[in-house]
Amino acid sequence: MVKRSLSFIHKAYIVFLKDLHVEFRSRYAVNAIFLFAITTLTAISFSIGPIRLRSEILAPLLWIILFFSSMSGLAHIFVREEEQQTADTLRLLTSPNSIFLGKWLFNIILLFSLEVLIIPVFLAMMGVQVDSPGTFLLIIFIGSIGLASVATLIAAIISQASAKGALFAVLSFPISLPVLISGIHGTQLAMDGGTFKEAISDIQILFSFSIVIVTLSLLLFEFIWRK
Amino acid sequence: MWTVKAQEISQKFNQRHIFEGISFEIQSGNSLVITGPNGSGKTTLIKIICQLLRPTSGHLIIKNEENQIDAHQIYPYLGLVGPYLQLYNNLSAFENYTFFARIRSLPVDMKYFRQLMAQLGLKGREFDELRTFSSGMLQRMKYVMAIMHKPRILILDEPTANLDEAGSEIVYGIMELQKKENILILATNEPEEVKFGEKKLVLHS
Amino acid sequence: MILDKSWWKYLLAVWMTVVILGAFLYAPPAKGLGETARIIFFHVPTAWLATLAFLISAVGSIQYLRTQEKKYDIWAYSAAQIGLIFAILATVTGSIWAKKIWQSYWNWDPRETSIFILLLIYAAYFALRSAIDIEEQKAKLAAVYSIIAFVTVPFFIFIIPRVYESLHPDPLINPEGEIKMDSRMLQVFINSLLSFTLLFFWMLRLKIETMKIHFKIEQSLSE
Repeated sequence: MVKRSLSFIHKAYIVFLKDLHVEFRSRYAVNAIFLFAITTLTAISFSIGPIRLRSEILAPLLWIILFFSSMSGLAHIFVREEEQQTADTLRLLTSPNSIFLGKWLFNIILLFSLEVLIIPVFLAMMGVQVDSPGTFLLIIFIGSIGLASVATLIAAIISQASAKGALFAVLSFPISLPVLISGIHGTQLAMDGGTFKEAISDIQILFSFSIVIVTLSLLLFEFIWRK
Repeated sequence: MWTVKAQEISQKFNQRHIFEGISFEIQSGNSLVITGPNGSGKTTLIKIICQLLRPTSGHLIIKNEENQIDAHQIYPYLGLVGPYLQLYNNLSAFENYTFFARIRSLPVDMKYFRQLMAQLGLKGREFDELRTFSSGMLQRMKYVMAIMHKPRILILDEPTANLDEAGSEIVYGIMELQKKENILILATNEPEEVKFGEKKLVLHS
Repeated sequence: MILDKSWWKYLLAVWMTVVILGAFLYAPPAKGLGETARIIFFHVPTAWLATLAFLISAVGSIQYLRTQEKKYDIWAYSAAQIGLIFAILATVTGSIWAKKIWQSYWNWDPRETSIFILLLIYAAYFALRSAIDIEEQKAKLAAVYSIIAFVTVPFFIFIIPRVYESLHPDPLINPEGEIKMDSRMLQVFINSLLSFTLLFFWMLRLKIETMKIHFKIEQSLSE
């Protein structure tokens, strides 16, 4: 049993490495997500000019950038397999849950690497003072896991439909709302110097939401993946 | 001794019957050829046999001796070549091989890989990305991936699509070898290939 | 089955007429909210049915994934369609009342936010269905999406009241667990709720039956 679950995680890791390798060659998703984020950020910064915004506006702006950047790049992980007709190849190689976990990990890493770049730039461009950096990072960290989890699950669904691009955001938005609402609320608290204790309920919601979505994904993914 | 057994398999798409009540049984050391006009559901049946598709009704059973192998355990025993099954074009032949070997829990063996590539007549292209391959070479490459783990069940949908004469000869050799001790299932209309099937299943449209 | 008879449909017509008359003539205006409070006799049932339909749709979806039987997909789809109608009705009636009482059609009150999310989910559900060609694929993926949405909903119950402040009156049960309503109002309200629910099941049945006939015609045409 232990050996089986280990091999199941090991295979997820192999799928992850493969996707990393393929992405490294084509850089499609990376380009999409980074360029989208930077374009949006620049557009916002341009239109606002030198005005200093309050945290009530900065926190939603940050999460809107993260959400729509995710929507521009995170579906690619499944769409690529369907479009290049490698999905059936993959279906014959390993169990659905290993595939899901591998791709989930890939999307999380992709979103994290975006954030490592875009958040410092956002803070600098908008002149934001984050009073509780620890809480801020924790909220972003858990929130991103939630966002990437929803995106991966919905990506699996839309990769089998037509009009994939438009559908992705439409389907993801209502499901990601708990992440967005709690993430925005927590981020705003952290920018204004709220302590970890004050943000605890947001952290709890983000954390439990991610766990619920991942569990649900492992239960439902086989239905999505197998035709 | 392996067995692939289909019991009364039917498939519908959008309320349209593709085929109804398909049954057959095939064991190691045997081969089955599926023929039928275009649109008769050859590929659909192949996908059901590989468990890529759940039939609308009926059962497909794969057994090793008396142990039934369920969909989660079938991966190491199955090899499939088909036009809808592509490899990773951005990766080189060797990188594709590495991924396939590792996910099948096989050792990544360079010597074995070179030997397979030579067998399929792809010597010298080991480290080229697949997007530089011609369609015939891609078809040969699919065979490398389908036979590298010495599958108990080898399933070929249009086995010699895109292949030249030399390529077809190599594939016939693989088919001959496979049906000696293991199971070979073909979907084809080429008379040359149909004769490889000891059992024949004709689908009607 | 009793629902196969038609007498109850006439009874329902009479019942709903009485409820409508009662809402305007029999029930007194509510304290503080005046005549506008009469909207609860129509607004609350629509909101309740939008939620009930969502629940039925989720249950149908779970059953579909378990059994792969077409009829459960028809259930889920029909419930969602009727649910969407009631969700729109609830939004519109609520919005009109909000304009009267809060001077604005939309305030992002928790209940407004909740019904809006429900509308978004329904819209996404239908958008997904329209983007898949193969019937079985469509049924399966729509069922999966419906379950995901259903599991997400409880989070809103925790999150929304914390972030958005409420102005919305508690219609029936308030935190103190008391029933604030006047007894005559309550009579009309409960009758309205029940008759609307019966109407809903009638609509759902009609929808399911027509879907089944539609399905059979398609089947016979393709053979």
